[in-house]
Amino acid sequence: MTTIDIKDVTKVYPNGFKAVERINLSVGQGEVMCLLGPSGCGKTTTLRMVAGLEDITEGECQIGGRRVNELLARERNVAMAFQFYALYPSLTVAENLKFPLHAEGRSQAEMDAKVRQVAKTLQLEGVLERKPAQLSEGEKQRVAVGRSIIRDPECFLFDEPLSRLDVTLREQMRGEIKEVLSGLSKATVIVTHDQLEALTMADRIAVMRAGIIEQVATPHDIFAKPANLFVAGFIGTPQMNLIPASFTGMDGGHGGFALPGGQKILLQIDPAVGRLAPGTGITLGIRPRNLEIMPEPVPDGLTLQVDIVEPMGAETLAHLSDGAQSMRVVCDWRVPIDESDRLHVRFQPGYVHVFGPDEQAVRS
Amino acid sequence: MTRSREIGRAGWGWTAFAGIIALIYFFPVMWIIMTAFKTRPDALAVPPKFFFTPTLDNFVGVFFRAVISGGGAAQATEFPLYFFNSIFIAGVSCLLALIIGTIAAYGFSRYPLKGNETYMFIILTTRMMPAIVVVIPIFLMFREIGLSGTYAGIIFLYTAFNLPFTIWMVRSFFDELNTEIEDAARMDGATERQLFFGICLPQVKAGLAATFVFGLILTWNEFLFALLLTGVDTRTVPVAMARTLGGEMGVDYGLLAAIVTLFLIPIFFVTFLLQNQLLRGVTFGTVRK
Repeated sequence: MTTIDIKDVTKVYPNGFKAVERINLSVGQGEVMCLLGPSGCGKTTTLRMVAGLEDITEGECQIGGRRVNELLARERNVAMAFQFYALYPSLTVAENLKFPLHAEGRSQAEMDAKVRQVAKTLQLEGVLERKPAQLSEGEKQRVAVGRSIIRDPECFLFDEPLSRLDVTLREQMRGEIKEVLSGLSKATVIVTHDQLEALTMADRIAVMRAGIIEQVATPHDIFAKPANLFVAGFIGTPQMNLIPASFTGMDGGHGGFALPGGQKILLQIDPAVGRLAPGTGITLGIRPRNLEIMPEPVPDGLTLQVDIVEPMGAETLAHLSDGAQSMRVVCDWRVPIDESDRLHVRFQPGYVHVFGPDEQAVRS
Repeated sequence: MTRSREIGRAGWGWTAFAGIIALIYFFPVMWIIMTAFKTRPDALAVPPKFFFTPTLDNFVGVFFRAVISGGGAAQATEFPLYFFNSIFIAGVSCLLALIIGTIAAYGFSRYPLKGNETYMFIILTTRMMPAIVVVIPIFLMFREIGLSGTYAGIIFLYTAFNLPFTIWMVRSFFDELNTEIEDAARMDGATERQLFFGICLPQVKAGLAATFVFGLILTWNEFLFALLLTGVDTRTVPVAMARTLGGEMGVDYGLLAAIVTLFLIPIFFVTFLLQNQLLRGVTFGTVRK
């Protein structure tokens, strides 16, 4: 079994900074877990604690069911690929790949065979004799991945594996890494600040903010059912529209809301919202792609003025406002929108999120 | 309208200008080297002679003394020993300083003490006063312990002199390294010793070479302590050079110039050998990232 269990782990740096606070996370065998969050949220610290490169202040980390808090990095049998690749500059690619095998005390022939095999998987055969300085970014990245998969570790850790690649290469490598990982069937943790990377590569995503895990869920659930305001705003581009409103009460299965500008809106929402007291200040969330442009005003929609139109290729992003609130709407590129138009947008039923005063999603 | 100069090309005018400045700077060295090939009358000629018939007599004179009274065979001088002393003392002390300094610098960089920077500062304070201030106490101490006139004594002293500079330089090189690489090696099963020798040292090679050469040049030319602390057998070239001044013939400029010229060769050679490393060493941080 190769699993990672993080239990109530806290990290306090000597200067008193609390980087991670009582987080719990468990990664199952063959599961790819993405730690996603803005810079400084503690995701890399978490990864380094699992790797054994940072001490754990409190709590316990288990790898394969064994407590590893007291083990040195080299005793944990964990492989890690670093953000800046961390290739050994004075060694050739082949020697770089071979480096982790030395510690395992394998025979020369065995090591060479392993290197050839990994080089083949990652298409590095042509550059085995080169030094890292002579490699392209993509090749360096592949060597870094190769060096982590050449051993047979209990689990894999990747720190921002694709952040240094350009967009085209990133898309290609994302697929390649995913393929390599699925063939390994080990517990894997990937740290990233790129949500697309997390959404495409992960089996589950843990969204972190300021040292706390906000939500752990599958990419689909993270996107479709964000647990709170932060996750809702963080995941998805363009960002979800978050509109402060006040709940006026249920009206035959629909919830009534009053918006700051005076407009009222009647939406089909989760029945759990009905338990809120009328007059409660809430936040409505709806993704720009779930707003529908209507020919005339509707009760479950708003009328707003177009401020800016941004063509994005297949779609058009329009920024709307009515003085009190601003919203973004995405529609097909063929829909004609002009600046200073007035648009009637409808909140598509089933896509409206309601966040209570405690910023948590109100959901049954 | 001004015509903007093509980027990356200085042109012949500026090249010649730079050449003239270089010539002015190099002139004293060139003059010494020329003097080494002059006969005594040529060396003392007024106005100075730029064109003369070169002679190797001065170089022969460095190693063989003509016996003035009674003819007979020429007598070998002590200069081979002095050259050996200079090379041995400077080489060993710089190497020692490099080894000790590199280990210390790695410690300061990777395993900081509480008040690390204070320690670093204290190390530097030992070089903040002119060396002559400590000449008398060191002379007395050395005489008392019996280190005066020994190789060990002067080597220890030079090592101690070179250490602060070495530690500061090499520490900055270690600080520049990407620690991710060390973390990666830790993950890959390297021990702390393998980290130091296998991962960190190869990366600062160029910096070590630069540090070594700078220390070597300083030590090679050191005169004051060499004068006071070396004996007949351990005398270095600068001291021996000074002793050729005076005597019944006055200053033999040709001989002196020949010694200086010979004295330049080893350091010139080392610097030349390491010049690629040197350049990379001093431009360390800028080129790497």
